[in-house]
Amino acid sequence: MENLIALLIAAPLLGAGLLLCGGRRLDRVGHILGTLLAAASFVIGVVLFADMLGRSGDDRALHQHLFSWIPVESFQADIAFQLDQLSMTFVLLITGVGTLIHIYSIGYMEHDERRRRFFGYLNLFLAAMLLLVLADNYLLLYFGWEGVGLASYLLIGFWQHKPSAATAAKKAFLVNRVGDMGLSIAIMLMFTTFGTFAFGPVLESTGQASSGTITGIGLMLLLAACGKSAQVPLQSWLGDAMEGPTPVSALIHAATMVTAGVYLITRSGAIFNASPDAQLVVVIVGAVTLLFGAIVGCAKDDIKKALAGSTMSQIGYMILAAGLGPIGYVFAIMHLVTHGFFKAGLFLGAGSVMHGMNDEVDMRKYGGLRKYMPVTFVTFGLGYLAIIGFPGLSGFWSKDKIIEAAFAKGGTEGWILGAVTLLGAALTAYYMTRVMLMTFFGEKRWQPDAEGNEPKPHESPKSMTIPMIVLAFGSVFAGGLFSLNESFVKWLEPVTQFEHGHPPISAAAVTTLTVVVLLIGVGVAYLQYGRKPVPVTAPRGSLVTRAARRDLLQDDFNHVVLVRGGEHLTRSLVYVDHTLVDGVVNGTAASFGGLSGRLRKLQNGYARSYAVSMFGGTAVLIAATLLMRAV
Amino acid sequence: MNTLAASLTSTGEAVQFWILGTIAVIGALCTILMRRAVHSALCLAGTMIVLAVFYLANGAYFLGIVQIVVYTGAIMMLFLFVVMLVGVTAADSLTETIKGQRWWAAACGLGFGILLIAGIGNASLTTFTGLGVANAGGNVEGLAALIFTKYVFAFEITGALLITASIGAMVLTHRERTERALTQREMSEKRVRSKHLPPLPAPGVYARHNAVDIAGLLPDGSASELTVSKTLKDRGQIRDVSGEAIADLKALEQRSSERLGRADRLGREDREDREEGVTK
Amino acid sequence: MNPVNYLYLAALLFTIGAAGVLIRRNAIVVFMCVELMLNACNLAFVAFSRMHGNLDGQIIAFFTMVVAAAEVVVGLAIIVSVFRSRHSASVDDASLMKL
Repeated sequence: MENLIALLIAAPLLGAGLLLCGGRRLDRVGHILGTLLAAASFVIGVVLFADMLGRSGDDRALHQHLFSWIPVESFQADIAFQLDQLSMTFVLLITGVGTLIHIYSIGYMEHDERRRRFFGYLNLFLAAMLLLVLADNYLLLYFGWEGVGLASYLLIGFWQHKPSAATAAKKAFLVNRVGDMGLSIAIMLMFTTFGTFAFGPVLESTGQASSGTITGIGLMLLLAACGKSAQVPLQSWLGDAMEGPTPVSALIHAATMVTAGVYLITRSGAIFNASPDAQLVVVIVGAVTLLFGAIVGCAKDDIKKALAGSTMSQIGYMILAAGLGPIGYVFAIMHLVTHGFFKAGLFLGAGSVMHGMNDEVDMRKYGGLRKYMPVTFVTFGLGYLAIIGFPGLSGFWSKDKIIEAAFAKGGTEGWILGAVTLLGAALTAYYMTRVMLMTFFGEKRWQPDAEGNEPKPHESPKSMTIPMIVLAFGSVFAGGLFSLNESFVKWLEPVTQFEHGHPPISAAAVTTLTVVVLLIGVGVAYLQYGRKPVPVTAPRGSLVTRAARRDLLQDDFNHVVLVRGGEHLTRSLVYVDHTLVDGVVNGTAASFGGLSGRLRKLQNGYARSYAVSMFGGTAVLIAATLLMRAV
Repeated sequence: MNTLAASLTSTGEAVQFWILGTIAVIGALCTILMRRAVHSALCLAGTMIVLAVFYLANGAYFLGIVQIVVYTGAIMMLFLFVVMLVGVTAADSLTETIKGQRWWAAACGLGFGILLIAGIGNASLTTFTGLGVANAGGNVEGLAALIFTKYVFAFEITGALLITASIGAMVLTHRERTERALTQREMSEKRVRSKHLPPLPAPGVYARHNAVDIAGLLPDGSASELTVSKTLKDRGQIRDVSGEAIADLKALEQRSSERLGRADRLGREDREDREEGVTK
Repeated sequence: MNPVNYLYLAALLFTIGAAGVLIRRNAIVVFMCVELMLNACNLAFVAFSRMHGNLDGQIIAFFTMVVAAAEVVVGLAIIVSVFRSRHSASVDDASLMKL
């Protein structure tokens, strides 16, 4: 059975290879082929899942050693896979949601002449992501990690004829690279500390290393996670990455790629458990990003960017939960899975709306769309209810548990984290309600564009609606299913450990509080956007709103601190180079030049001068001889 | 012969050494300090004769004679011949043109001499065996026995060297004739056509000018009064051009110093330019 | 008097000759100075011959004379041909190798 693991990756990899190298012959069947191979991977995943369920809890992990990659003395890098419950969860999420997005893309990208290439990239992305979650050592994980970065670069910049898309792709790639440095440093530290980078030995021997080293590794891993998962301070790429086609946003920036950071932290749980300092930083990063993303989401008028802010915020929840240690890992992953469903559904819904609105993304130019696209409205609405944590739906179960775990952290920290997560929940409710109201309710606000084409909102084709419907089902039921009899906790416990948190207030109180802040958020949004018509042009807004529209000045900050700082640094280095280094070099050269200019005059061409030198030399020889004799 | 064996020489030899040694040193100094090459050659000849006497005093009778006959007689005469060939411009300026050359020469010479003398003083040269035994069978016979036995190869090789040198000298000074030699008739016809109807100046006199009022120059560059008519001399109508050689020399010095100065200033200019400046 | 004085005299003459080579520009005089140096050497050889009581020193002096004669012949021939082509016997004029 373990031989199937490699096939999981091989199927989409084969698709990528065929579609990217196959040429125009595959143009007509490319999308079908890509989708079928993604589906094949999903089927293999399901088979493996069924097999895994047939075994008992601690016995479920599968290992496959494919071949030795770099065998050098003690440096043994293997292509080896590990399929345990955590990986299994990701495999099903990636291949399942991935397949749905493939199907959706068939319709969404129908008129794009580079559709075959797009599917190739999607398959490449799936393969890289699967490699990331299936690797049994950090080096192979890094390989997949980089593959994901590459695929996301290709997909974000898919519409490369748009300068904004090309720039966004470059930005995503560069920011990710900062995080990748963290991961590579972490791997190097692991190798020097433990002599290996396989998951098993590293995670079992965390106790042997000094606390400083472990904290260092943890912080570097966190940096990596920040890059991939768009956490503060490496969050700036996510909003711009919405330049890619909407399925890409759904696949990469909602359901799978950004979850890689959460996976990394959860997978390395033993390291973080051994280092409370690193854990604290993780929690802080999660909390800050949670609020950051939510505030940005509140101010954006671009539907995809509002959802991107939301994604950032929800990933912040997961990182925060993962930072809480064994009381939070399971809920981080659980929220990740439910979020995968409803956020993918929301993005696909947004894509469907854009599809019907001539690719208009400004929500101020929507309005009243529920009449025109009922399926989209219903599925989007279910996703909306799920993400705000409406009782009974997926998001409620997972988010409620995270809030509970945040309180259970204990002490002042617990209270602060609990308050932050509650505030985040209220903000989530607010901005999602805002999106919902601006898009589907109210009066129609769209106008003919400059060329006189008035958008004719219509429902999307079946290939797009069916995945949305499936995802809506997941958004509604997944959370409940996971929480039934604590099945998800029991499923993951052998891998991530689990402790029951003991919040200072009762679980029921937490739930009540969650629902209350949820209602407050919805109510405020309704008062602002439901009761009165939404202006087509955005009002100037408060200082916070304007800052949030500019992504809370993240780019300005980066520009001032990193770009300007870098420029000043390079300028000063250039100055030092010119004056000091070049000065020394040129000075040396000039002094040698001058010296040889002087020495050259000794060679004046007069035989008598040479005779003097010979004569002087003879005198010196005699002196030397006498001296040697005297000595 | 007994004196040659002693570690101290006889008083007679000492007196001879001090007197002739002084003369030799003065001669050597004059050789390098005399302005005209002829004087230098004569001074050098004097030094060599003194040296010949010293050879004799040291029991090298054969060498003493050879020194006088070959060196002073033949080689120094060769020098004089060349000096004559090269002419009055052989009068040499003692003005130094290379910067610092004299100081360096003095320093090196002084250092070298002091070191050499210190070296000799330092060496243990207390015992003098003398040549009494070696010269017992006659100095010439002794040398001959050595030359034709022990040094016979060196002797043969030096013989070959001499032959080569004499052939080399001939080759060097030989000028290939590129046209037929003129007959006597052709030469006289040429003379009649030319402006020099009177005979050319007599040999031994370096005449640069054919005017009657200009005196010929002696080898040392001075004007010879014998070459102009007494009448003109009495009238004071003689033009003296003996200064011209000196003037030529001055010009040469001027040129070379200019060249050095230029070379210092325009060290990077290419060679052709500089050569043009010199020829101008 | 100690016969070593002959050596001192030879050293003195040699040095004077060497200084002459360095100072004089006329090739003929330079040549004379070289001859002076050779003669100083010969004097030393003869003195050494007396010192050691054998005739080898005199033989070397004899060979020196022969070689000096050869050298003078060739050297003067060179001077004459140089003078013919350049109308100068100054050693400083023969400095075409200068850069």
